[in-house]
Amino acid sequence: MGALQEDPQTSGGSELTAKRKEAFAGLAFASPWFIGFTVFLAGPLLMSMYYSFCDYSVLRKPVWVGGDNYAEIMHDEVFWQALKNTFVYAAISLPMGLVVSIAVALLLNTNVKGMAFYRTIIYLPSLVPTVALAVLWLWMFNGEYGLINETAKRFAVSPPNWLGDPLWSKPALALMSLWGVGGAVVIYLAGLQDVPQSLYEAADLDGASPWRKTWHVTLPMISPVIQFNMIMGIIGSLQVFSEPYIMFPGGAPERSTYMYTMYLFDNAFTFQKMGYASAMGWILFILIFILTMLALKGSDKRVHTGAM
Amino acid sequence: MERQRKRGSLLIHGILWVISGLFLAPFLWMLSTSLKPLDQTMTNPPQWIPSSIHFENYWNAVSYNKDVLGYIPFVVYGVNTLALCILVVSGTVISNAVVAYAFARLRWPGRDVAFALTLATMMIPFPVLMVPLFALFRNLDWIGSFRPLWVPAFFGGAFNIFLLRQFFRTIPFELSEAAKLDGCSEWGIFTRVVLPLCKPALAVVALFSFLGTWKDFLGPLIYLMDQKSFTLSLGLQFYQSQHGGTQWNLLMAASTIMVAPIIILFFFTQKTFIKGISVTGIKG
Repeated sequence: MGALQEDPQTSGGSELTAKRKEAFAGLAFASPWFIGFTVFLAGPLLMSMYYSFCDYSVLRKPVWVGGDNYAEIMHDEVFWQALKNTFVYAAISLPMGLVVSIAVALLLNTNVKGMAFYRTIIYLPSLVPTVALAVLWLWMFNGEYGLINETAKRFAVSPPNWLGDPLWSKPALALMSLWGVGGAVVIYLAGLQDVPQSLYEAADLDGASPWRKTWHVTLPMISPVIQFNMIMGIIGSLQVFSEPYIMFPGGAPERSTYMYTMYLFDNAFTFQKMGYASAMGWILFILIFILTMLALKGSDKRVHTGAM
Repeated sequence: MERQRKRGSLLIHGILWVISGLFLAPFLWMLSTSLKPLDQTMTNPPQWIPSSIHFENYWNAVSYNKDVLGYIPFVVYGVNTLALCILVVSGTVISNAVVAYAFARLRWPGRDVAFALTLATMMIPFPVLMVPLFALFRNLDWIGSFRPLWVPAFFGGAFNIFLLRQFFRTIPFELSEAAKLDGCSEWGIFTRVVLPLCKPALAVVALFSFLGTWKDFLGPLIYLMDQKSFTLSLGLQFYQSQHGGTQWNLLMAASTIMVAPIIILFFFTQKTFIKGISVTGIKG
């Protein structure tokens, strides 16, 4: 190091300037994020909190109304319906998605030929633009001539009218979401690659069956990935918007697919109740925060932390 | 033992074939429907192979076919979408690389707090920001233009910062030290030493942001007003029952055109893609 040859006093000084230089460069490099964070995240978040206590439409200036929006929400039947719809949808699609994606990932992690081909096919649907996906499934689920029901009838099963029956519209959306498990599967695959081979070798020595190896070695080892996917799933499914918005205008049939974000969007841009929509946004934020914390805490004991 | 293993792998192949079939079926159905004459799109039982192939559906879907569809300028939507994607991808790659460099390789006061804060923002649901962002862009008189959709991309995003930071940290710090001794500035080290070594990670960020923008529906729905400035995501809606019955064959042709570039892109970038997902290092 060059500093060794210099006299200790000036070297201390140059080290200090070097540090200061680096700190200055660091702040300069990070500055786009600071601007973006202030202008597009923190600022809007604070504004949203303020708006949630206001009567506000695009055309009028916000007028402070205190907790009125929140009080109104508590008595709003549509709000509760939309909240319930969203939770029911999440309660169906999350566990199904979790089980299917783990099972598919385990299959794709086996050592058989042509794996790249299978992996590609399973990943492809998650790349399909939401609108194309929604119209395609409208077509597939059609009660009169949809592919799913026509196929079911061939096997002498009498299928439901997915899109017209309030009881079946949410399961239809959940079923459709399974087609997009590819993203989660790829993350599981990355996790599966990191399970040390030595653990399997040890299990082999004990004469463990493939089933027991999966249950006692693989699943505990990928538990952090399961936790990650679960939290992302909670956050994503509670915000579901595009698919139901395109497929079920107005939440038809009988408002059974009217989701939380759809009602929020309608309040903001259709009914011009932007203060009300902001209050709904904050309630959603708090719900997501609580559920994420519960998912983190509740699964902590089960999650293997060695890999962290 | 050997026979058992063979039987096991046959079983796995069988299951994978069934699953692949289920994942592929809707695609094939879309393709098949896009080539059918309209009266064959609603046959009972469903026909997988059209009795006559109608490539002209594709032409009818993208040309201004006023009699059949009303005014749907598909080509304009395609150009809009592509232009938006290019802007967003360049903004995302540049801004996130710069910011991630600060978090990965420079020491400055408050860095760790700022990074924790960055990660925490991933939990903010977009619906909370919808109204204030709309108000902000309205004050700037940006509503109806593409600016609300691409300008924020130039200011970094939590997920990409996280991803690039992970990757930047794997580059040996001795390289930076050596360049510094040679009198290289911090910007020089960033552009000449670190960035060239991080091309795979940058490619991943570019790919993800391209796909995300191509797919996006909610953003354009909020900010775009004039039908001529719509993206493919918004435009595709118009194929649904404009005048009574939906032209399923044309709708499926238009959908196929929208999906095709993404599938082609994915086939060519598969390796980058898989690598990218492993560099995110999501182990918990």
